[in-house]
Amino acid sequence: MLQLSFDAHKCDVCKTQACLVRCQYLDLDREAAKSEIGKIIRGEDSFVLDACVGCYACEEYCPMGNHPFYLIVERQEEKDVLAAPRAVTSMMLDQMAPRGKFTVGTIQAKALSFCFLAELQFLATGKLFDGIGSSYIFGREFACPAYCLHYGKASVMKERLPRVIENIERLGIGELVCMHDECYATFKSLAPAYGLVPHFKPIHYFEYLYEKLKELKAELRPLKVKVAYQRPCSARLHPETDHLVDDIFELIGVERVKREYDRENALCCGTTIRSNKGFDLADDVQKRNADDMVEAGAEYCVFNCPACQIGLEGNVGRRGIRLIHMVDICKMAIGEEPVTGE
Amino acid sequence: MEDYAEQIHRCFRCGYCKFTHDYLDWNCPSYARFRFDTYSTGGRLWLGRAWLNNEIDWSEHLGEILYACTTCKNCVEQCPMRFSSDIVEWIVGIRSAMVDRGKVPEPVTRFLTNVYDYGNPLRMRRVERDAWADGIPRYQPGDEYLLYVGCLGSYDDVARTMARSVVDLLAGAGLSFGILGTEEECCGNEVYMLGELALFQELAEKNIRQLKGLGVKKVVALSPHAYNAMRNNYPKFGADFEVYHYLQVLDMLIRSGSLKLRSTKARVTYHDPCFLGRYNGMYDTPRRILRSIPGVELVEMTRNRENAFCCGGGSGNFVMDLLSGSTESPSRMRAREAYDTGADVLATACPACMTMLMDAVKVEDLEGKIAVRDISQIVKQALPG
Amino acid sequence: MVDVLKELIGIVGERYVSNHKEELYFYGREPGVCPPHEPDYVVMPETTEQVQEIVRLANMYKVPITAVGGGLDLNGLIIPHRGGILLDMKRMGKILEVNEKAKYVIVEGGTTHGTLQSYLRKHHPQLRHSMPDSPPIATVVANAMIHGQGVLTQQYGFNSDMVTGLEVVLPTGELCKIGSCSVSPYWFSKGPPLPDLTGLFLGWFGTTGIITKMGLRLYPCKKIRDVLAFVTDRAELVPDIFLKLSHTEVVEDILVGVPPRLKTIHNIQIFLTADSYEELDFKTHMVWNALREYCDNKDGGFMPIPMPGKEALVEMPLRFGVSIADVRRGGGFVYGGAIAPIEKYPVLATKVGELGVKYNLFYDFAARPISGGLCMMVPALFLFNRADSDEIERVSRAMHDIAAFYLEQGAVVWKPNLDEQEMTMARMDPNTLNLMRMIRQSLDPNGIMNPGNWDIK
Repeated sequence: MLQLSFDAHKCDVCKTQACLVRCQYLDLDREAAKSEIGKIIRGEDSFVLDACVGCYACEEYCPMGNHPFYLIVERQEEKDVLAAPRAVTSMMLDQMAPRGKFTVGTIQAKALSFCFLAELQFLATGKLFDGIGSSYIFGREFACPAYCLHYGKASVMKERLPRVIENIERLGIGELVCMHDECYATFKSLAPAYGLVPHFKPIHYFEYLYEKLKELKAELRPLKVKVAYQRPCSARLHPETDHLVDDIFELIGVERVKREYDRENALCCGTTIRSNKGFDLADDVQKRNADDMVEAGAEYCVFNCPACQIGLEGNVGRRGIRLIHMVDICKMAIGEEPVTGE
Repeated sequence: MEDYAEQIHRCFRCGYCKFTHDYLDWNCPSYARFRFDTYSTGGRLWLGRAWLNNEIDWSEHLGEILYACTTCKNCVEQCPMRFSSDIVEWIVGIRSAMVDRGKVPEPVTRFLTNVYDYGNPLRMRRVERDAWADGIPRYQPGDEYLLYVGCLGSYDDVARTMARSVVDLLAGAGLSFGILGTEEECCGNEVYMLGELALFQELAEKNIRQLKGLGVKKVVALSPHAYNAMRNNYPKFGADFEVYHYLQVLDMLIRSGSLKLRSTKARVTYHDPCFLGRYNGMYDTPRRILRSIPGVELVEMTRNRENAFCCGGGSGNFVMDLLSGSTESPSRMRAREAYDTGADVLATACPACMTMLMDAVKVEDLEGKIAVRDISQIVKQALPG
Repeated sequence: MVDVLKELIGIVGERYVSNHKEELYFYGREPGVCPPHEPDYVVMPETTEQVQEIVRLANMYKVPITAVGGGLDLNGLIIPHRGGILLDMKRMGKILEVNEKAKYVIVEGGTTHGTLQSYLRKHHPQLRHSMPDSPPIATVVANAMIHGQGVLTQQYGFNSDMVTGLEVVLPTGELCKIGSCSVSPYWFSKGPPLPDLTGLFLGWFGTTGIITKMGLRLYPCKKIRDVLAFVTDRAELVPDIFLKLSHTEVVEDILVGVPPRLKTIHNIQIFLTADSYEELDFKTHMVWNALREYCDNKDGGFMPIPMPGKEALVEMPLRFGVSIADVRRGGGFVYGGAIAPIEKYPVLATKVGELGVKYNLFYDFAARPISGGLCMMVPALFLFNRADSDEIERVSRAMHDIAAFYLEQGAVVWKPNLDEQEMTMARMDPNTLNLMRMIRQSLDPNGIMNPGNWDIK
């Protein structure tokens, strides 16, 4: 059984308790935070286990790289603390359970992963994906089990993750361009935290896009629009890739508006908060996020994860801001039609 | 198609196949014409299965039901089941079983025999195949395009005018092309649809051998039927040439400025041929060509693009005419629909559609009120001088 | 000896009569599991007068007559069990009138739901009707005649409750107007303030007459239709959830399904309509507040639904719904439907699973509350491969068993097949049964109308 690489001593010597102090959904000072962290480490009851909304931020805030969020998830399951309504958890885990139906294109050394998100297949078209579009994997068998964390089911994640990695390795893929941010996060952060090292190189699709856009530089036309970027939760698991957002935006001539809820202070899109924690909190989070984008003068909201689109559509989309996926705004920059947005 | 007999029981006869996408109209030509449920796709599949399972015997009526399908693919477009893309292949499969047992309606026998004996379904002599083509160059190795004229374009008076205007446009643009003249063989598209698969393979292989022998790299087809056969069915017999419909070449010539168009005032409605539209997804190219003519106002019929209503000529019916004889004949309904748009021109890009719709306009007493033209003729009219 | 074929040709013309084996074969069968029985003639009338002449002919010579619309009841109601004449009503497919102020439409006997919906969308976009889930070829009249339901049933009742008048050809050939239209040019009422005679024709499966025109209520059509998916693993909560939702008075349709792979989860789809996003948000929050306690207790929650999924779910009719028929790659599904008190939801949901296991069948279960929870319709779906006769036999047995269970539980079988009709009549109040018999005998003395159905001994 996979073991989480967690060192209690690191929390003992931590000078900030930033994981809980900076949490956007708790209001704890250092002392209270240290107390609750201690309870969690010792396997005692802590209100944090129930209050956690699953936004992954504490993974990023922790200065020690000690995986506080993964620990919270482990404890939730051990102590039967429900991270979400039972039926929601059952449905989500079942919807993603492998069942022998998947599709594999003509696999080359480099391949695209569409996870189990059909919309990614439609995005990966046009000149940006020339030469690689037919080399892909799609299906539950390849889907990143990080979703289990939102539902407090570390055991299911631990059961599915090794098999997903094995399924990919068996195809002989050398480099896997992860079209789903959470897939990249799974292979770069989650897997190593549990002692798994995939034998393929995960590549974030932002990195792939950036290199491809440079190749197509002659066809680039600056878009000259103002965009708000919706950072997905999983981006917190690999903050070292954040610069790619700015790099791409610079290349395609868009301005990333300065706003409160961006970068390390990004707010969750609210999709899982709505189903797991209820409407009140989700309404609050989504309204603050949308207000922030409107006040900053954003014309577009560029999103990264298709799951964020569900949460953003109902509020951002109706506030006059055009919702568009990162791939699509890059397509616009080279004169191609977007699939999302207008 | 091989396992059609093991699959056709999957039809639920839910009836989606009878409609347009928005259920506003009937859109299955044989159902619209005959109205018995047996003449819809569900009827055809259930009866085909019953016949294959010896629950019912073959009869002329059964043959008519099976062959009144114009293979327009409206059912493929509308069927909500995961096997929808196979439906027409299943019907062709049932037909092939009928052909194998020698059980086909008389008009079908005649059609196939004519192709076998004369190389065309119209029972015209081979020597007359290029009677329309005085002065048109014959294909020489090294020419960029082979213009594949097809049987209707070669023999039918109406379709010949279309062939002539296409030739004039290509020649006027300085394109390097030639035709095969009397050496041209039937493309076999209708032969395939009628279920005579052995004859289709023979024709396909003959055509491929001939074209390979001439070193043809690019074929431009006058007819969407030939375009479909050569693009989609010939490759499995070894064809490796590029296949275009003439609209694609025309589009390229207009966009590159090789054809300059002057203003021509006309209100035009476009009929999507099934073998360009539903079979090959070509909806924008013809519209782009028409819109590029200054002065042309394009108006759409209610049933357009994926919802276009078949003219009733497919699957050999431009000769066999199994759906004629009623005010509810598909071509007549389509002519009325075109007239109702207020257009003065009904444009199309298929010789079969053109002959069917021209006849329908006459029978509907709409001559002088709406003119049926091929796109090539409309474009040619818009050329200066 | 009458030449029925010649007579029929004389009425509708040669083009619209057939006694070819092919038509008899096809029209003698249906997509469900009921054994076939072929008619002797298939006729397609175009006018009420033609229907009358055909009925008079049938009555004179005691030839059975059965009318069919879309043929999608899936329970053999349009199988001509005694042969005779089968009327395909779909040539009578016009929309005759839409009264926007009174909000009703008058359709012919063979007008399809698909035609009606598209007509209203094009010409009267502010009005809609209660679209059933069946494919769009289902006809308005036949659907109402079997007490069908649609997207407005949760709010306003059965589709038969929405009838505002009838024109009926009686089994003896007379033409009757039923409702306000019998006195007035307006079709605003099927009965009140007159005696409601529609009860003589709705639910009788065509055994008391052939409906050639029908008035149908129309309702406001809003610009936006949205869906929420609330899931719970506690079946016993579902009836209360129905009541809490209907109490808001803002919910359009409610459909509960049990996902095939997760037999313990109840997926409640809650449909809302609105003319603006403000209205939609308001209604959404009313729903959230109604179900808040279940979320707080983790007994239920709202699933996220991606936009492509939502678009498919809010489409009317549900196009992908019919694809369940191909789960077995066999083109077959049927359902034993019942109208039941909502409190029976848990026990009925469990029974389907038991029968699925007993008969080794793929199955599914759903429910839709009617009239705010007065009752609900529950279909127990069984899927089959049409090419597997053994599977068809097992489905028939499962249908019998579920019908028996429904009746035991105090439910009433919806659109029962012949077997289920027998079971229902065996339980029926004898005086009620006698009343039905009297009505049948009085209206159809020669027993020609869709015989075999409601065959009261």
